[in-house]
Amino acid sequence: MLKSSDESEKKNLARKVKDSEIGVPIVYGNIAFWLGKKASEYQSHKWTVYVRGAGNEDLGVVIKRAVFQLHSSFNNPTRIVESPPFELSESGWGEFEIIITLHFHSDVTDNPLHLYHHLKLYPGDESGPMSTKKPVVVESYDEIVFLEPSEGFLSRVKNHPAVIVPRLPADIILPPVPMEDVDKRKRGDANDHPLSQWFDNFSEADELLILAGARQQVQAQIARLRRQLSLVDGQPPQLKAASDL
Amino acid sequence: MDAKDILGLSKTALPIQEKKSKPPKETQRKPDGISREVYALTGGLAPLMPSVDVNQLKRKAQSENEKITWQWLPFTNSARKDNLQLYHWVRVVNGVPPTGDYLFAKYNKFVDVIKYTDEEYEKYLVDPAWTKEETDRLFDMCERFDLRFIYDLRFIVIADRFPSSKNVEELKNRFYSVSRAILIARAPSPGDVVGHPLVKEPYNVSQEIERKRALSMVLSHTKQQERRDVEVLAEAKRIAEARKAAKAAEEPELSVTADAGHDATDRAAVAAESLSPSPSTQFPSATVANPVSETASVLASLHVLQVYLRSYALEQMVQAASSSAGLRTIKRVEQTLQDLGVNLKPKVPTRAVCAEHLELRKEILTLLSLQKQLQYKEAEGSSYRDGSYAETPGTPPPKRLQHAADLDRTFTPDPLSYGGERIGKRDQKRKGPGRSEAPSSPAQSKRPRKYKASD
Repeated sequence: MLKSSDESEKKNLARKVKDSEIGVPIVYGNIAFWLGKKASEYQSHKWTVYVRGAGNEDLGVVIKRAVFQLHSSFNNPTRIVESPPFELSESGWGEFEIIITLHFHSDVTDNPLHLYHHLKLYPGDESGPMSTKKPVVVESYDEIVFLEPSEGFLSRVKNHPAVIVPRLPADIILPPVPMEDVDKRKRGDANDHPLSQWFDNFSEADELLILAGARQQVQAQIARLRRQLSLVDGQPPQLKAASDL
Repeated sequence: MDAKDILGLSKTALPIQEKKSKPPKETQRKPDGISREVYALTGGLAPLMPSVDVNQLKRKAQSENEKITWQWLPFTNSARKDNLQLYHWVRVVNGVPPTGDYLFAKYNKFVDVIKYTDEEYEKYLVDPAWTKEETDRLFDMCERFDLRFIYDLRFIVIADRFPSSKNVEELKNRFYSVSRAILIARAPSPGDVVGHPLVKEPYNVSQEIERKRALSMVLSHTKQQERRDVEVLAEAKRIAEARKAAKAAEEPELSVTADAGHDATDRAAVAAESLSPSPSTQFPSATVANPVSETASVLASLHVLQVYLRSYALEQMVQAASSSAGLRTIKRVEQTLQDLGVNLKPKVPTRAVCAEHLELRKEILTLLSLQKQLQYKEAEGSSYRDGSYAETPGTPPPKRLQHAADLDRTFTPDPLSYGGERIGKRDQKRKGPGRSEAPSSPAQSKRPRKYKASD
């Protein structure tokens, strides 16, 4: 009946923390360079499709491997990338949808996650003629949400810059984790990436500002309408719930 | 130029392919006991699956143990009264013909029509609505038309031929009650007869009439009625399932699966009943999936996923929140968002942004519904009004354009201009008894008079 300390520790690490979630902000997309003079019929652009941390952090902390599913006209269209940076470079002439499947470490979750990105090579009407110096960049921001993370996962990532860990209930005692190899972590991040100069900056502040302003306006409108309705009714203003719909 | 190149390339590709495929095909043809042409019928390959030869083989083996012959033999039918002898083919096993009665004799059923004596009639069977002759006649006909009893045609035949016009239910009633009475009377003790079906379930005339009427109504349903019934039931099912999903989301242990199946049918029936009294009024707003339960089921489904993108989660929540809104309303929400300068799908979907976005959408839905309510009230008011309102601008129709324009106006930096004048004008409006939320009391209709002063 005596369990070895290893087994019970494993059990503890696998225990899920209820009503909590972990968020990992990511940016995924592609950068495409026109090859100009060196372009041939079938290789007119050189492009890179990638998934990176929103602040260029190392995603290897949660992602075990990324699978890029390319158009069937490519040789070996299923490209597997086993370590960060999770990216794939190719040359070609066509735009198509790339399915990026992220597989996570075993202590994170067994379910994979799919991202869909339409590869963009050609700048479109607004941007004028193609140039070999200025690439076409299309990026999308999103956040991966992990529900009810295991304690092991939580303790592993709680201080990692790539991961947003919310405030945990005070009584949670997470098991200690071996000291991180800071150098290893830095190697996987995208800050020194040759293409990082083209990366977009996604700031939630602007969007929040617009949303807050919009909400204010709508709320003011609602209050006004309610006053009018109550006057029309000949009754004192009432607080009407949205479920009156 | 490109096209030529492409064609040129593919042209060289095809011939190469053809050459490659031909040689292998030649060497594959190996007839194994069948001629080459026959083998080619199967496509040049062996069949992938055996036809059911295996089972057939077994049966043949069995029949090889015994000797089966077929013989033309005479037979009698116990159901006949005249000892007619006919012939037919019989399967004889090892020289032994089969025993037993003619196969179809068992289907010759008779009904024991009770025969009562005159005494018994006097004692038990006197009934004001029936004379003795009629009753006798009835029983006589029942005996004559016996076999048709199973399909109830007998009584129809009898009813048709009966001298005094009594309908089928009355005849049946009389027949069953007489039989029942006789049975009980003749039984040595009541306990003996209690098990008899006649005694246990007496014929109920009114119920029968009602039942037949209902059946004929269902039969004569028009196509439209049928379609409506189907729709109502589908609605009930959907509502029951939405409720079930909400419940399942609240209780993580899905141990009630067995009950849920039973409950669902109950609830569907109840929901159908509650819906059917007013099907015509319900239908315009028929697709009422409660947003709260939809949200709960979205949360449940996200829980199952364990990992998902926040943009996806937001999409699902938006759908759930607008589940009770029609397409037009959703388009209006999107138009409003655009007017406000908000992206329909947030560009930076962080937790905070998604929460704000969802709340904003809900608030816009509330706003639109309030506008609609106001519209209705205005429309109501206008039907009581005389021409005095004709000059004033901004009266209800054309409603949608009107309100879209209003929205535009409000989103300029000066919001106060919107409400001012209109409120004043609204005060003058005649108001009938309040609509949905306010309980209409008789006092209500008197109150508007207070505001009439300025007219």
